[in-house]
Formats: sequence, structure tokens, C-alpha cells
Amino acid sequence: MNATAERSEGPAGMSWFLKVWVVLLVLTAVEIFLAYEELPVHIMLILLMGLSLIKAAMIVAYFMHLRYERTSLAWTLVPATIFVLVMMCVFFSDSLRIVRLGLFLH
Amino acid sequence: MSELEVVVTGGQEIWRGGESPYAIPSKKLGMWLFIVSDSITFGAVLFCYAYLRLASPDWPTPFRLASIENATIMTFVLLSSSVTMVAAVEAAKAGRIASSVRWLGATMLGGVIFDVLHIREWLGLIHEGLRLYHNDWGSSLFGAAFFTLTGLHMTHVTIGVIYLFIVATGFRRGKFTSDDVEISGLYWHFVDLVWMFIFPLVYLLSARIR
Repeated sequence: MNATAERSEGPAGMSWFLKVWVVLLVLTAVEIFLAYEELPVHIMLILLMGLSLIKAAMIVAYFMHLRYERTSLAWTLVPATIFVLVMMCVFFSDSLRIVRLGLFLH
Repeated sequence: MSELEVVVTGGQEIWRGGESPYAIPSKKLGMWLFIVSDSITFGAVLFCYAYLRLASPDWPTPFRLASIENATIMTFVLLSSSVTMVAAVEAAKAGRIASSVRWLGATMLGGVIFDVLHIREWLGLIHEGLRLYHNDWGSSLFGAAFFTLTGLHMTHVTIGVIYLFIVATGFRRGKFTSDDVEISGLYWHFVDLVWMFIFPLVYLLSARIR
């Protein structure tokens, strides 16, 4: 890899963080607007959580400075977290299945 | 690849490993690892709440416009306190200790305002008859799910305020460095990040429209 592997040293300063803050507030306003649109609850959940994921990514990248750290840190932290959360969703239903399985075993 | 090249050109053997693969202080890596584990804890509780919300047709929608306004102000306060935290870190990195401590104070004030508004909201709901295992509106699971999720988050905010207070006093006395301010900032932004999921999931999905 070339020089891009080593990230630049810090963002352009406070004005940049204020821009991120304004975008986060706008996304929040969109979410509040959506709350009063009478959509089916599962569509609402997907829309709201999608917007929240964008907000979370912005907080991690800029406020928590992860974009300006060495790339290896993000590659260590982010995929592992996503993997564990996805696995939790996959195996969550087993917690119900195992309880029912017990009835047949006894 | 670049790390390996650095090691080789630095006259060391490749097989001894990298000196500092992430190029951050070990305390900061520790905080990042804590944040990963804490985000999985919150992930489990948020997932549980979302599952109950969608699986229960009689899920209560107790949040009137006043509650949504209150929660919106809380979101605004917490987001703004993240910006003052960033300002505190920038000032600390530039060596302006007094300014950094003032911004940390503003951040703590944001956390305290958030807690006060949140407790007011809790007391209002309890007054309306919300209990851990009972409410008059619908699914009895709502109380336990609501108090667990928001209570866990409120505990994080409260601990964050105490943590920032310790860091601010230590930084002013020269006991802590600007790195410690930055690491406390990571924790504070994480608490803000979690609220970005709780606010839509709990409040906006249970807004009383009529």
C-alpha cells in the first residue's frame, strides 16, 4: 500500500465538527417528521434504524475520530462488532426453540 | 504492508512483530475495546426492545407531543454536549488547559440537564401508572423493556458526568494529559451514539399520534 494507508493528521478543525453537528440535527428532524407519518411499524423501524445507523457512523468517524486514526484500528474494531451483532440476530430465535425442545426431551 | 516496511527499514526483523500496530496509546485501545463490548450489550437490549415492539400488536404508545418535545430537547442537549466535548479535546490538544476544562464543564452540564429531563419524563410516566410489570395501556412488557433500556443509558450518562469531572479536575492539576481528555471524549460520544438509537426506537416508534 502507498501513503494513503497512513491517515492524515486530524480534520479541518471546529468548523468541520459544527457541520457534522448540523447534519446530525437535520437527520434527527427527519426522524421526528417520520414519527408522525402513519406508516406500518416495520417500515418505520427500518427507516428510523437506517437513519440512526448513518448518524452513528458519523459520530464514530468524526467525533470519535476513527476516520483519522490508522486504518488498522477501524479494521480491528468495526467488522468484529458487526459480526457479533449479526450472529446475535441469527441465533436469537434459538433461545425460544431450545425452551420448546425441552418439552420433547423430558 | 506499510507497517512491515517500516519495521524492515528500521533495521529490525519482521518476525518480532509491529512495535505499535495501531499507533495509539494503550489506554485509548482499552477504551475502544470497552466501547465494542458495551455496544454489544446495548445491541442486545436494543434488539430485544425492537423484537418486543414488532411482535406485540398491543404495544402501548404513551408518548404525547409533550413527551416527544421533551425527548427532542434531550437529543439536542446530548448532541450539543458532544460538540462541546470535541471542543474540549481540541483545546486540550492545543495545550489550552483552562479553556479545555471550561468546555468539559459545559459537557458535564449537558449531561446533567439530560439526566434531569429524563428523570422528569420517568416520573411523569410513573405518575400515569407505568410500572415494571403493569400498565393500563397495553402489553405489560413495555414497562420492563422501557425502564431497562433507558435506565441502562441513564446510568451511562451519570457515570460519564462523574468520569468527566474526575478527568477535568485531574487535567487542571496536571495529573492527566490531553490523551486522557480524548479518551474520556470517546466514552462520551459513545453514550451520545447509543441515544441516537434509543430515541427513535423508544420514543418515535411509540408516539401517540391522536
